[in-house]
Amino acid sequence: MFATDFQIVLPEVILAVYAMLALLFAVYTGKDAVAGLLTWVTAGLFVLLALWIGGAGDGARTAFGGMVNDDPFSRYAKVTILLSGAAVLAMGKDYMERRDLLRFEYPVLVTLATIGMMIMVSAGDLMALYMGLELQSLSLYVIAAIRRDSVKSTEAGLKYFVLGALSSGLLLYGASLTYGFAGTTLFSGILSTLGGEVPVGLLFGLVFILTGLAFKVSAVPFHMWTPDVYEGSPTPVTAFFAAAPKVAAMGLLARVTQDAFGKIPGDWGQVLALLAVLSMFVGSIAAIGQRDIKRLMAYSSITHMGFALMGLASGTAEGVQAMLVYMAIYVTMSVGAFAFILSMSKDGVPVTDIESLNMYSKKEPLRALALLVLMFSLAGVPPMVGFFGKFYVLKAAVDAGMVWLAVLGVIASVIGAFYYLRIVFYMYFGKEGDRLDGSISPVQWVMLMGSAAVMVLGVVNLFGIDSLAAVAAETLVR
Amino acid sequence: MENLLSIITFIPLVAAVIMALFLRGNDPAAQRNARWLALLATTATFLISLFLLTGFDPQNTGFQFVEERPWILGLTYKMGVDGISVLFVLLTTFLMPLTIGACWSVETRVKEYMIAFLLLETLMLGVFCALDLVLFYLFFEAGLIPMFLIIGIWGGKDRIYASFKFFLYTFLGSVLMLVAMIAMYYDAGTTDIPTLLNHNFGSDTISVLGFQIVGGMQTLLWLAFFASFAVKMPMWPVHTWLPDAHVQAPTAGSVVLAAILLKMGGYGFLRFSLPMFPVASDLLAPLVFWMSAIAIVYTSLVALAQQDMKKLIAYSSVAHMGYVTMGIFAANQQGIDGAIFQMLSHGFVSGALFLCVGVIYDRMHTREIDAYGGLVNRMPAYALVFMFFTMANVGLPGTSGFIGEFLTLAGIFQVNTWVAAVAATGVILSAAYALWLYRRVVFGDLIKESLKSITDMSAREKAIFAPLVAMTLFLGIYPSFVTDRIGPSVHALVTEYHASLPVDTATRLALQ
Repeated sequence: MFATDFQIVLPEVILAVYAMLALLFAVYTGKDAVAGLLTWVTAGLFVLLALWIGGAGDGARTAFGGMVNDDPFSRYAKVTILLSGAAVLAMGKDYMERRDLLRFEYPVLVTLATIGMMIMVSAGDLMALYMGLELQSLSLYVIAAIRRDSVKSTEAGLKYFVLGALSSGLLLYGASLTYGFAGTTLFSGILSTLGGEVPVGLLFGLVFILTGLAFKVSAVPFHMWTPDVYEGSPTPVTAFFAAAPKVAAMGLLARVTQDAFGKIPGDWGQVLALLAVLSMFVGSIAAIGQRDIKRLMAYSSITHMGFALMGLASGTAEGVQAMLVYMAIYVTMSVGAFAFILSMSKDGVPVTDIESLNMYSKKEPLRALALLVLMFSLAGVPPMVGFFGKFYVLKAAVDAGMVWLAVLGVIASVIGAFYYLRIVFYMYFGKEGDRLDGSISPVQWVMLMGSAAVMVLGVVNLFGIDSLAAVAAETLVR
Repeated sequence: MENLLSIITFIPLVAAVIMALFLRGNDPAAQRNARWLALLATTATFLISLFLLTGFDPQNTGFQFVEERPWILGLTYKMGVDGISVLFVLLTTFLMPLTIGACWSVETRVKEYMIAFLLLETLMLGVFCALDLVLFYLFFEAGLIPMFLIIGIWGGKDRIYASFKFFLYTFLGSVLMLVAMIAMYYDAGTTDIPTLLNHNFGSDTISVLGFQIVGGMQTLLWLAFFASFAVKMPMWPVHTWLPDAHVQAPTAGSVVLAAILLKMGGYGFLRFSLPMFPVASDLLAPLVFWMSAIAIVYTSLVALAQQDMKKLIAYSSVAHMGYVTMGIFAANQQGIDGAIFQMLSHGFVSGALFLCVGVIYDRMHTREIDAYGGLVNRMPAYALVFMFFTMANVGLPGTSGFIGEFLTLAGIFQVNTWVAAVAATGVILSAAYALWLYRRVVFGDLIKESLKSITDMSAREKAIFAPLVAMTLFLGIYPSFVTDRIGPSVHALVTEYHASLPVDTATRLALQ
């Protein structure tokens, strides 16, 4: 019994053992001198695990009495998390090294956060949920403040910690209410122990849990930490924040709503729909005034989370599938965009001001073109793949009878198009001015070009992720 | 050739990719290669598209040259043309080599410029060939990207404002259409256009937020599509992006915009609004009629007051598009025949007029009417060509412009006499602004110092105008070349349309 349970969580165990070994290894050898090596090894391990999990075949199993699931949904999310984590680690190494930020704790903390995320997306119990979430969050708080001598980075870490702790508190409170009224922490048992009636206390618990998770996906009105943390953290860390943790939190949200409260979609559907609308609009409108590309990406991620929430809010298998497709596409775009942001520097000093992109297209036509593709894709303009993500969630919302939500979504996407276009505007129509440095590390170049190529070539068949997401969604929504 | 439409559509794209990957550098040799490659690709596309003309059977009112392949998300890649769309495909392929020829004198970023135009051609052809809703939307919307860049990079002084206005106006219109498309998919269970043409969307009165909506779902869908196509067309009062975009766009951009991109709106009305939502079309036709009538009179008056030549022609385009919308929603054979004819004719004539402006703009770098005068003294050939297209724009019998205006007016007269009467004044007004423009630019004494050394058209410019003159005359003298090809399809459309209306309206129309 124990052996099979253990086998199911083997990837997580491997990662945990690796993290501890890596810590010991670094402490007893060259400390920060081996950080570069560790980064590569970690990224490689992530890719290997992703391949292993992705090729593990299908079927659903549970471990530890239902605490942890291993099903197509968790595998889909884990592969996305691992691959995006590996990509961000690899492309950030050069940046960290040059800024003297590459400490050996960085890859180790990323590994620990990743373990947390993997547990989050496979959680089948409120306890497992909280464990995964905290493991992730605590690691992320530290990474946000990894640049110890910078006030902004420290501020980012502190802000993230305080607000994150608040949200964890809310979530715990909700979990305890749920336990109190349902008598179990197992997702599968929460509603089945009750008769037809859902007690008000349980609904309170549900709302608190949703609030806590909304903090993690940075849905409006729980988004305030996002721009500051994005701006303050070192750029590779921001890139990491924008990718894997978002997938994990969305996956967790899908698990809680569908697995635990799947029988009462009306009760959480409207909450998620409201969060989606607010996120889409606030994200799009607030981004217009931003001059810093990292803050801009923060608001952009808020908008995208709004769209993903729209898929979840529809409460159908199609909606979950749409969310999964959307997240995979979003993460790919985000990695590409951050690969570019990482390469932005003037005289060796990193810059994040969008005006520094003035006439970039004359200096580096190919890279400007790749960023143009990514921006149009983020804005959801066909034929870029970003459009299909939007199309998919809109379709899910309309199919679920939420036409109003879809209409608000498209209006928000028009507003959002404006600020993505402005980046294109600076690159192509801007004034002549100081140009950015031409340097870019090979990994960053590959990520940028690869992500742009995916956005264009995906129009042929989306690389088959839609059918994978369909299988994943079906196991979750019964 | 069962893949004919895909071949035609994607040749320019292939050429663009080749250009992007293999043409290096920005020296004169590379620029020359880019120009010739673009010209070669567009000419090849045109020649191949002639097979459409020979292989097309006008008596068959269904879709021809159909190809179908499975695609992502349960959608299909489906292409095909019928009598309504086939000539738009040919219009596009015909005009593109001329457009490329017209931007020969561009010096900045030639390669990128050519790539943008080649991409644009693929996307425009795709719009006219697509037989799947999402595929249509994809081409329709993606066309914004190259046009945005063309205006923004190679445009005039206020290009930034114009490019953003162009993008956001049309983007808002088309995303509303996207929601309508999703709703249609939800209702009909397919995105296949031929199937949707036979699907009856609900037309019972429904109540939304306390409002009684007559025509029900059809009305809502119609309005969403209208939002997109009316902006694209453009119809009064959402036409304000067009003059800005035209003035700022480079010459070739203006030509494509006026001659082809605007036609997508009219094509959309014919492909979607009219056949798919007949009840709503019938219900809202008076609205379209009056909007068109206002457009014709109002924008003609505005055109009279313009100082900028391109702006004047842009406003004249809006007026001419007024005839098109009026003719389409008259929903009878003459009206729709006339609307399609007017769109094709406008493609040649307005394209040529923008080229005429381009000829003198290339020499003097101003579009102010006041900066010219007496050009006939130094540029006789130019004066002749400009005169010809001015007359075609006015609708002189013998040119294609006359047939379109006459047929649409004949069509609308049977449905709504008052609108026809108002719209007919537009014929006079168009003569007023067009002839006045001509007089101020070409006639009079050549007194301005700057014009004393201006040269007449080069052989290249003459070669570009020659096919346009030929087509304008040909269609003016032998209009049944067009009407024979579109007639059966239009007839089928009109018959279907009236059959799907409730009985009382059908008899009402039969009595008229």
